[in-house]
Amino acid sequence: MLNISGTQINFLKVRVITFILSAILIFLSIGAFFVNGLNFGIDFKGGTLIEIETSQEIEISGLRDNLNTLELGDVQVQEFGSSKNLLIRVEQQLGGDQVQQDVVQIVKDSLGSFLSSDINFRRTEVVGPKVSGELIQSGAIAIFVAVFAMLVYIWFRFEWQFSLGAVLALVHDVILTIGVFCITQLEFNLPIIAAILTIVGYSMNDTVVVYDRVRENLRKYRSKEITDLLNLSINDTLSRTIVTSVTTLLALLSLFIFGGEVIKGFTFAMIWGVIVGTYSSIFVAAPLLRYLDVKREWNTTSAVDSTR
Amino acid sequence: MLYFSNLKIFTVLAVIIITLLFAVPNFFGKDQLETFPNFFPKQQVNLGLDLQGGSHLLLEVDTKEIIKERVENLNADVRRVLKKNNLNYSNFKVSNESLKFIVEGFNSEIQKEISELSMSNSQNILAMGDQTNLIITQEENTVQINFTEEFIKQSVSNAVAQSLEIVRRRIDELGTREPSIQRQGSSRIIIQLPGIDDPDRIKSLLGQTAKLTFQLVDTSVNFDPFNPSKAPIGSEILASDADEEFKYIVKKRIMVGGENLVDAQPGFDPQTNEPIVSFRFDRIGATKFGRVTQQNVGKPFAIVLDNKVISAPVIREAILGGSGQISGGFDSEEANDLAILLRAGALPAPLIILEERSVGPDLGADSIEAGQFAAIIGFIAVIIFMIFVYRYFGLLADIALIINLFMVLGVLSLFQATLTLPGIAGIILTIGMAVDANVLIFERVKEEIRNGSNMMNAVENGYKRALSTILDANITTLIAAIILFFMASGPVRGFSITLAIGIFTSVFTAFTFTRLLISFNAKRLKPNFVGLSKNA
Repeated sequence: MLNISGTQINFLKVRVITFILSAILIFLSIGAFFVNGLNFGIDFKGGTLIEIETSQEIEISGLRDNLNTLELGDVQVQEFGSSKNLLIRVEQQLGGDQVQQDVVQIVKDSLGSFLSSDINFRRTEVVGPKVSGELIQSGAIAIFVAVFAMLVYIWFRFEWQFSLGAVLALVHDVILTIGVFCITQLEFNLPIIAAILTIVGYSMNDTVVVYDRVRENLRKYRSKEITDLLNLSINDTLSRTIVTSVTTLLALLSLFIFGGEVIKGFTFAMIWGVIVGTYSSIFVAAPLLRYLDVKREWNTTSAVDSTR
Repeated sequence: MLYFSNLKIFTVLAVIIITLLFAVPNFFGKDQLETFPNFFPKQQVNLGLDLQGGSHLLLEVDTKEIIKERVENLNADVRRVLKKNNLNYSNFKVSNESLKFIVEGFNSEIQKEISELSMSNSQNILAMGDQTNLIITQEENTVQINFTEEFIKQSVSNAVAQSLEIVRRRIDELGTREPSIQRQGSSRIIIQLPGIDDPDRIKSLLGQTAKLTFQLVDTSVNFDPFNPSKAPIGSEILASDADEEFKYIVKKRIMVGGENLVDAQPGFDPQTNEPIVSFRFDRIGATKFGRVTQQNVGKPFAIVLDNKVISAPVIREAILGGSGQISGGFDSEEANDLAILLRAGALPAPLIILEERSVGPDLGADSIEAGQFAAIIGFIAVIIFMIFVYRYFGLLADIALIINLFMVLGVLSLFQATLTLPGIAGIILTIGMAVDANVLIFERVKEEIRNGSNMMNAVENGYKRALSTILDANITTLIAAIILFFMASGPVRGFSITLAIGIFTSVFTAFTFTRLLISFNAKRLKPNFVGLSKNA
């Protein structure tokens, strides 16, 4: 029988180490962002993406060389899940939205004459410069709005100290998620923004459960030393934190392994986000409260009290 | 918290059963559903284009062209008025949105004349009553004329509405299955075409404005088609549709335009068996066409489509019947498409394709299959894990989870929300997160037992105490889902929908269904039911 209840782990004892660890990871992420940058997919960079399935195996380098003679700029060809599934990416063409449309036809014609095998066009995506610019903007805005909305919500439900701690943990999670995409150079596209927003929700969810317990314990043990109180709260909720993370990860792993190539990047981001989000609610969000001078005089009769 | 009145039990079960009923049609084929009784829900989940295969196009009406056209008309009007009043103008400048010139003797009378002419010429664009559509400013002898912002806005808005209607007609003419054509924002049109994974033909149909005009060929000048000299005033040089290099010189004045057509049909010329398009004019068009052909027997006229000459036959006799045919060396599909374009009418401005996303039916089917398989495996893993951790209570949570999953499906079917691939990911994520509400409760129950409560009180207090935490925790995820819903479109939006539905159903089942199950067994509950060893 699994029993994580009643633990008394001194999480705050290692806070200096975990803070340093987080700082290093954030530093690495920001560094990678400026050195490598994100590998934007066509959603944000514009361009053309064609997924094909062929009846015979194709020698990729030959096809790549052939497509690169079309004067369409950089053409990437890669395997997608199996050696008969190929993904062809053509960079955005100069000359505005109208010219992007010609690329598909040029590539299709060239594939038809170069490959002897039957070709099944599974997916075609063309994103012009106007739309890609808007998508990247709305994606960034959505993440900021989400983080801000969390800040406000926690502020209303708790107090500004909690709100600040939670949002710092949240920013930590978002930076590390974007960082892992900078370091691995996995393609960053629209679904990844969706994943980041979900991570924002999930990580907040985790943090709120711990904070909820902190608030309850603050009412219950008015004179307890804050470090002990935070430790107690993390331990009280540890079992739930772990069980929920494990069930979520089980579902996500199944999706990652069996869910197909198209959403692999999305699932990867989610898995990473759940791990980071769980870590941050225990090792970042809760310990931060120690430095934020939380109020000790809670009105024990009122459940929701947010004013000082 | 464990006591349920009969009415409450009934309500909870009714909500669950009704939602589940809505999920049922998804497990049957369309033909089987036909045999179901009438009262039974028959709506299935609406699959997104990424799952059923299809094409998504985002178009933009080229509003610059509309304004340009308006300015050109204004240009002609202004010059006409100035000429009529014998005013000499100089430095005439036409910019993107305004006219500017230097003139002597410009007064309020002339200003009024220009306004009135311009108003009457744009009556069909805008009913603004006596309100003027021009702003005329004069500084000494320099005059500047702009359209009012209101007028430009209205022109663009009308053009977009008109484009939408014409796009709809063109696509309907092709016989596409359940297309969805919607306006987005001020100047965009979203087209969803289920079942079409190669929208080449539609793109080419939408890529033409299809402005058809009949213009006389200018025969007053000697003219080499391959090396044209400058066109005289009032004429223009146009290329042949079949051969870019071959030019025609035609009079700018339009005899009749496509707006006077009432019908166009593809067919074959009985003599040559060549594909043709035959057309019929309305009454005004027939009269105009008759008059011009009568006056110009023996001269050629040009049939011009989007500024390209399709053909330039010689008028043998006056065409008074109001019908005719176009032959331009096209194949039968081209003739068919041209007929569609002519019937649907001309676009007021060109359409630009901003985005295209097409998915073939194979990929869609593969995605559904992979998604289902992943869901089942993830589901089994979570079920086993929950029983492992919480024993009997885990089993209850698992039952709730199964119900929960079908409820998500039921709600999706009920509201006809669109299920996309990221949407399936949302459901799978919900499987993982749905147990959270129960986990929070069970952990509380365990704690209460450890603090010395008896089983009944522990369950009672567990529910009570977990409530605010569960709400807080789920509202945060809900906020994220709502923001995602408003920010995203297409497949990603489908994700936010399933995520949000999953949050509601999981909180609902945790607080009603699992609780109900526990209350039925309340008297027989033992601590080890929630995963605590007896001596804990």
